[in-house]
Amino acid sequence: MKYLLIMNTPRDGYAQYLAWPKKILEANQAFMHDFTAKLVKSGELIGTWGLAAPTQAKLVRVGSDKRPITDGVFPESKEYLAGFFLVDVENEQRAIAIASALSDAPGGAVKDASGNPIEHFWIEVRQVMGSHEEMT
Amino acid sequence: VSSPGAASGHRIEILLRDLAPEVLGVVVRRFRDFAASEDAVQEALIAASEQWLQNGVPNNPRAWLIQVAQRRMTDHIRAEVARRKREDSVASEMPVFAPLLDADPEIDPHDTLVLLFMCCHPALSQASAIALTLRAVGGLTTAEIAKAFLVPVPTMAQRIGRAKETIRTSGIPFGMPDVAERAERLGAVLHVLYLIFNEGYTSSGGSDLVRVDLSNEAIRLMRAVRALLPDDGEVEALLALMLLTDARRAARTGPSGELIPLDEQDRSLWNAAQIAEGAALVKSSLSRGAIGEYQLLAAIASVHDEAASAEDTDWTEIRSLYAILMRVSDNPMVALNHAIATAEVSGPHAGLTLLMALERDERLNGNHRLAAVKAHLLERDGQFAEAVALYRSAAEKTASVPERNYLLQRAERLESDPERSLTSHQFSSSALPDRHAG
Repeated sequence: MKYLLIMNTPRDGYAQYLAWPKKILEANQAFMHDFTAKLVKSGELIGTWGLAAPTQAKLVRVGSDKRPITDGVFPESKEYLAGFFLVDVENEQRAIAIASALSDAPGGAVKDASGNPIEHFWIEVRQVMGSHEEMT
Repeated sequence: VSSPGAASGHRIEILLRDLAPEVLGVVVRRFRDFAASEDAVQEALIAASEQWLQNGVPNNPRAWLIQVAQRRMTDHIRAEVARRKREDSVASEMPVFAPLLDADPEIDPHDTLVLLFMCCHPALSQASAIALTLRAVGGLTTAEIAKAFLVPVPTMAQRIGRAKETIRTSGIPFGMPDVAERAERLGAVLHVLYLIFNEGYTSSGGSDLVRVDLSNEAIRLMRAVRALLPDDGEVEALLALMLLTDARRAARTGPSGELIPLDEQDRSLWNAAQIAEGAALVKSSLSRGAIGEYQLLAAIASVHDEAASAEDTDWTEIRSLYAILMRVSDNPMVALNHAIATAEVSGPHAGLTLLMALERDERLNGNHRLAAVKAHLLERDGQFAEAVALYRSAAEKTASVPERNYLLQRAERLESDPERSLTSHQFSSSALPDRHAG
């Protein structure tokens, strides 16, 4: 079963992240590196990607002349996609265990979109739809 | 060597897959190191599939493969010794186990079974056991297995590597388990082969050109197991179950991959020869006495397959078989199927009553099948609005695109044209997507 483990961030999350003490930033990066290596080794990782800051994002849609219209401003949203892990695991329980371990990454002070301090990031666990029927 | 033109790619692939476990058995017995031997055999298989297509199949393909694999092993050992010498001068005094490159060794037909016991060992995760079984015993390449499971090749390579590492660290030996252990270990082997079969059968995605047919692979391996254990009722039954289920494959999906329920399938598309073979195996298997899960599932499949039409299905028989299965298995899916059969025999109310108990089962909490079955029974009972809502709820819960489409279509059909609803048919629950109790 394939699951997407989604890491979200408040709009200013990248700025918060970069403001962490250097030691903590390094610890966080080392953790992510190690965490990824473990998933590679267990044969469960399909891929993982971190995204550039939402302030750099562009909105695109097709215009009436079939040419792209781009808009530099990202719409107001409380949370933005920061990155994700795509894993192939035995069951949902395992996906949840991986997400919980990921959420345990070391980090500095973080505030959620409402300005409340949070201890650990939430990881959103979403199953990937397939052409495959579920047996159970 | 036969002429190059005589060897078709497909024929070579089948030949290689059949020979793979025999060759690996020989190499492992000689060199002991399972992980390295398995790599060497895989390399030999890949070399063969390239060279034989060009130059023709050698007169003794098995000996060819053994010789190439052994040469790879010898190279591997030399490299290993050289490495150790660099790292530690004492290690250079260790004797090297380098046997003669005998190309015509004794083949032990039980090697396939011994390898299966090893690859399906309970110490391995299911995903690892499946991957390793397909490679080491099935003779498939890592790339083929990766494609079949829709994961990248490096992910699958890691999974196989990890499986071998587990075998190494748990000290699982290459040998026949003793009699006391054999029944349990055989259970694990059958379970893995059953999972491989289901993976192939229930997956409607991917083109045949790029995906190895896992159902056929499972059936091929099951035939090999049965040849080695001809007197085992559950082995016979699992082969029967696979054949009887696979016999309906051409009829179970429409042109664009949509699911066609059992009661709407064109039975002329069913594979009659496979049904006959499966039914004979069921009969023989049941006559052996002790009744296991696969025997019951195979018996149920044969009742479906032997009915000339959906209306002719002997649901009383199916219900009794599920009732016995419930005593053997704690799987709530079995209870769900029993409720379906009960509804067919005694009407939707009886089925819905049984579902009430299942709704309290935590294991089915949020399960789309429970909602789908209930929707079918409500539809049959004339409670259309509730049925439509539940079909939609089930559609939202499933992670399968074909099932979602099927459930949405069912809801739409009922909403727009209740006349066409299931109440107009004698049967309904067989209108669920065609599959068997997992």
